[in-house]
Amino acid sequence: MGYTISEKIFSSHCKKECSAGEVVMAPVDGAMIHDITGPLAINVFKEMEGSKVFDPKKVIMLFDHQIPADSISAAKNHVMMREFAKEQGIFNYDIKEGVCHQVVPEKGRVKPGDIIVGSDSHTCAYGALGAFSTGIGSTDMAYVLKFGELYFRIPETIKIDANGKFQDRVGPKDLILNLAGDIGADGATYRALEFCGSAFSDMDIPGRMTCSNMAIEMGAKAGIVPPDKKTWEYLKGRCDCEQFSLSSDSDAKFFEERSYDVSEINPKVAVPHNVDNVVDVSEVAGKHIDQVFIGSCTNGRYEDFAEAAGVLGDNKFADDVRVIIVPASKDEYMKVLRAGLIEKFVEAGALVEAPCCGPCMGGAFGLLAPGEVSLSTSNRNFKGRQGSTEAFVYLSSPATAAASAIKGVITDPREV
Amino acid sequence: MGRVWKFGDDIDTDAIIPGRFLTIYDPKELASHAFEGTRDEFAKEARQGDIIVAGRNFGCGSSREHAPIALKGAGIEFVVAKSFARIFYRNAINTGILPVVCEHTDEISDGKQASVNLKESYIESEGRIYPLDPIPEFMMKIVEAGGLVEYAKKR
Repeated sequence: MGYTISEKIFSSHCKKECSAGEVVMAPVDGAMIHDITGPLAINVFKEMEGSKVFDPKKVIMLFDHQIPADSISAAKNHVMMREFAKEQGIFNYDIKEGVCHQVVPEKGRVKPGDIIVGSDSHTCAYGALGAFSTGIGSTDMAYVLKFGELYFRIPETIKIDANGKFQDRVGPKDLILNLAGDIGADGATYRALEFCGSAFSDMDIPGRMTCSNMAIEMGAKAGIVPPDKKTWEYLKGRCDCEQFSLSSDSDAKFFEERSYDVSEINPKVAVPHNVDNVVDVSEVAGKHIDQVFIGSCTNGRYEDFAEAAGVLGDNKFADDVRVIIVPASKDEYMKVLRAGLIEKFVEAGALVEAPCCGPCMGGAFGLLAPGEVSLSTSNRNFKGRQGSTEAFVYLSSPATAAASAIKGVITDPREV
Repeated sequence: MGRVWKFGDDIDTDAIIPGRFLTIYDPKELASHAFEGTRDEFAKEARQGDIIVAGRNFGCGSSREHAPIALKGAGIEFVVAKSFARIFYRNAINTGILPVVCEHTDEISDGKQASVNLKESYIESEGRIYPLDPIPEFMMKIVEAGGLVEYAKKR
């Protein structure tokens, strides 16, 4: 019997043949902590009588959720983490680089076949590069910091076979929202998703990151795209690694297989208050919006802003909509800047902020008042996620967000 | 024995503890903001030994461990649900709240008294007994050690 990518990754790390369902202690290749969950992990590491982290070179530290510090308590957390980094010899990207799930791949801290953990649920994003990466809590992270390994239950895999060409102004975000709607918020709990087919091999790395990022919104532990030419191309100059092939065997056992023709997918939105509450944009078109957020680890890359700028054209954003644009990292910010898009967005009426998580998790800025409606390219629309529990968050692609920001109401990007 | 706090499906960790309180780590202080804006009476009225009884996918969303810590700070010892989101499940075990799976949570009423018997694997409420699924063996080792911190110290 053959093996899935997840089974192969665990087999190589545990140096024995591993199958789905087994519980193993596996070494990790990287452990990421940020300003929200990091302090708790460090405190628990100390409670566990940890003195030295397992390998400072494998610990990735950065601040992205509340930067620059938005409160004295956030500032104190930053100080505490800086001191820990210094004491342990961990390189700290601090507030300078951007959102963890963009920075980790960008800095070459992940490669195909790796096991990476992060104390952030969207750590599954690195599956876009063929890694097994997953989100864990702070206490599990403390254990990893101390021992460099963790218990894993090797997941069964749901294979997504997506083929065909996207319609104009329809893309990866519409596909992954469509999947969330089909599979449901817990339809992939304890499973790994494997993203296969020509729609994924044709997709660029940023698009794959959008899809892998949202695997958790179906409860999945990982969302893996088999590495290919595009993956190795992306890694060139970022990390020093030999090219190899990694894919599921043709006789691998999948828990479930689902097929999609992406040419049939229309622009999608997740309507309040669940990510699997997904409809065609046409079903909610005309709904007034107060705020539009384009950014986050899901859709904060140059390609996302270029798509939004293409839809914007020579238009202005509607007067009664607040448009907040936040590139996901310094590198992405510079690409957007050099392409002249920041000037274009600002002139059209947007606010452009420095790289950070921004309004996505309702902490630092851009919070909503009761009754307000936001359209966001991020990954969660839970009640209260972006401020008041009486506000409403819709999720969409950057193209739909830009079209809606121009009109002031939810709009199909193909109609602008 | 404790009061049942009944919740539905897909209770996310943003609802358990909203993002704006994540710079707090003290269990009692976190507990004072638990379910803020969605069920304000919880923080005021929850007592030591109370039990959360919920539907499917409890604890979905963010990996924030502040969520089980807030519930623990509020006095919750058990969360009994039809199913749990993966990260919350592990976080709960690690921080000392026991997440237990029970298919029959629809039959248990809000505001009533209930008690969990882990040894014999059932929850009892209003004179009726509902079976619980066993906690997986490897998680039980962590529970028996007194949580992951103690487990790590003994390793």
